Amino acid sequence: MNFVALRMLMGDRLKYVGLVAGLAFAALLVTQQASIFNGYIHRMAAWIRDTGGADLWIMDPQTNHTDDAKRIVDTALQRVRSVDGVEWAVPMFKGFLSARLPDGRLQQVRVVGIDDATMIGGPPRMVEGELADLRGDRAVLVNEADLGKKLIVSESGARRPMRVGDRLDINDNEVRVAGVYAKGPEFFWEPMVYTTYSRALRMAPAQRKQLQFVLAKVRPGADTAKVAADIRAATGLAAYTGDEFAWVTMWYIMIQTGILVNFGITIALGFVIGVLVSALLLYTFMIEQSRNFGALKAMGVTNRAIVRMVAVQVLTVGSLGFGIGVGAAVIGGGVLAKADLAFRMVWQIPLIGAGAILICCLVAGILSLARVLRLEPAIVFKGAT
Amino acid sequence: MSTVNLAAGQPTADTRSAAVRCRAVTKSYGKGDTMVTALRGVDLDIAKGELMMLVGPSGCGKTTLISVIAGILDRDGGECSVFDNDFAGMSQRRKTLWRGQNVGFVFQAFNLLPTLTAAENVAVPLMILGQSRHAAVKKARDTLAMVGLGDRTHSLPSQLSGGQQQRVAIARALIHEPKLIVCDEPTSALDHETGHIIMRLLKNVALSQERALVIVTHDARIFGFADRIAKMDDGHIEKIVTSPKDLE
Ligand SMILES: Nc1ncnc2c1ncn2[C@@H]1O[C@H](COP(=O)(O)OP(=O)(O)OP(=O)(O)O)[C@@H](O)[C@H]1O
Ligand SMILES: [Mg+2]
Repeated sequence: MNFVALRMLMGDRLKYVGLVAGLAFAALLVTQQASIFNGYIHRMAAWIRDTGGADLWIMDPQTNHTDDAKRIVDTALQRVRSVDGVEWAVPMFKGFLSARLPDGRLQQVRVVGIDDATMIGGPPRMVEGELADLRGDRAVLVNEADLGKKLIVSESGARRPMRVGDRLDINDNEVRVAGVYAKGPEFFWEPMVYTTYSRALRMAPAQRKQLQFVLAKVRPGADTAKVAADIRAATGLAAYTGDEFAWVTMWYIMIQTGILVNFGITIALGFVIGVLVSALLLYTFMIEQSRNFGALKAMGVTNRAIVRMVAVQVLTVGSLGFGIGVGAAVIGGGVLAKADLAFRMVWQIPLIGAGAILICCLVAGILSLARVLRLEPAIVFKGAT
Repeated sequence: MSTVNLAAGQPTADTRSAAVRCRAVTKSYGKGDTMVTALRGVDLDIAKGELMMLVGPSGCGKTTLISVIAGILDRDGGECSVFDNDFAGMSQRRKTLWRGQNVGFVFQAFNLLPTLTAAENVAVPLMILGQSRHAAVKKARDTLAMVGLGDRTHSLPSQLSGGQQQRVAIARALIHEPKLIVCDEPTSALDHETGHIIMRLLKNVALSQERALVIVTHDARIFGFADRIAKMDDGHIEKIVTSPKDLE
């Protein structure tokens, strides 16, 4: 009877296409929005992931995210180092400073100052030059992605991307581009410039508190959670693992920017509208078929077989809609990602889409079965339709 | 016809050859103020090999009676056995399976599945009984040829005339060789001539010694095809006659 069920389903092309399209649209909306949301989330903590090497990030307890400039006193470094279980600890400066580009334009930049001696906390990948080039006079590293976009040089009337050897002023300190690095796209957009910790301090206006973060490594065999707790007790500062710091950052940005609520609403609306529309379409389709189901019941199709037929019909449009919808989301996502938009589909997201479609199918299937199963086969003798 | 019984209320004594045997069957719809009693104690015997017509004014209970006989409606009281089978006490599922084996339906509105071809429609009862589509459709083509539609096996119902659709429906009611065929107003949607073609098919092809046919109709022009005619009024069998002339 699966054959009969499918022929009943596909007989009316227009309705069949409409059903599949409705479900595909629901799947597309849910997976596409979820992927963009996931893309944003991923970018929010990209810098933390890109900064390898350390087990713990120590910072002011009121720090809300990676670019939140709440500083701590530099004696914290010594106190962290003296906590049992800490293998090493290095300072890191991070702050917004204003840069004057060679063409006279002002540009806010994020300066990251990494430990002079160990160079821990540097960018994930060098494109031109080496990390050690930071030891050179007035050296800074710039991001490949900013060249030609935010970091532009005008030379005898023509504009060209900044390159190694160019000079710029950061907070009235002349610096020189010594290398180019690459990192993953971030939620924040100001150019990030790496230099050494001591040079960063010279650029930044003098303050009593200078440090942004202390990066610490836990001694092999020591319990990271316990060491973090000991650091918190000894310094009164916050000590997070990279993942914890990532979550602090993501939650804060999601709530503050309304990204969570906005995407939440969009995804929920897509979900609800998709479910409602396609469940309704499926349901009306089933109701239109009720005379046919009634005749089949009279002719000896058991309720069990009717359930199977409806399941075949619903799962057929469901899987087609899911495939088309998620396929469209993947293709569309490829285009979005090329346009540098945050789109990141992980394997869990199609599962969400599948869940949405499954709910559509279940709702529509159960609603229509409730009608079709209660159908008296005797209706087949009621007048012509 | 060994056990034709002419008088209502005096059913035949020979129950072995009875296809349908109803005694004091009652049925009402709804409850309380809105209750409608459709059958008020129906006694009716139909013999094997017999074509029985049910006639009577609108609302007298004809459709209700054949629904009870065909096992798609539960009676409230009385006795009713169909080929020695009693639906009372059978589960819904067993009733459904029994219908699939033993009953063929012809509906006034044809009730063909609009998206299946003629052959596929005719094949449905065999597929319900678990036959493969291939085997079922193959047999359906032969059955369609029997009703004179061997050349229209691939047509959709919408591409067929009313008379042709009803012939497809008859083929569908025959293909699984059921013991009982019930028809509700099989000719009322058809013109006179087509109605006669349909009735000839039912009489000559559908009827056999092991099978009984019950046909509900208003259509006086086809009364002549009946072996007996049961005239109903207000939930009773008023009289059973062998000749249409005796109806008045
Ligand atoms: N599902 C139902 N619910 C309530 N009342 C019903 C239902 N079906 C039939 N009836 C009532 O039962 C009575 C008998 O109906 P039935 O359909 O058996 O009559 P009929 O002889 O077939 O009439 P017609 O010639 O108009 O088809 C009528 O009064 C009808 O209104
Ligand atoms: Mg009727």
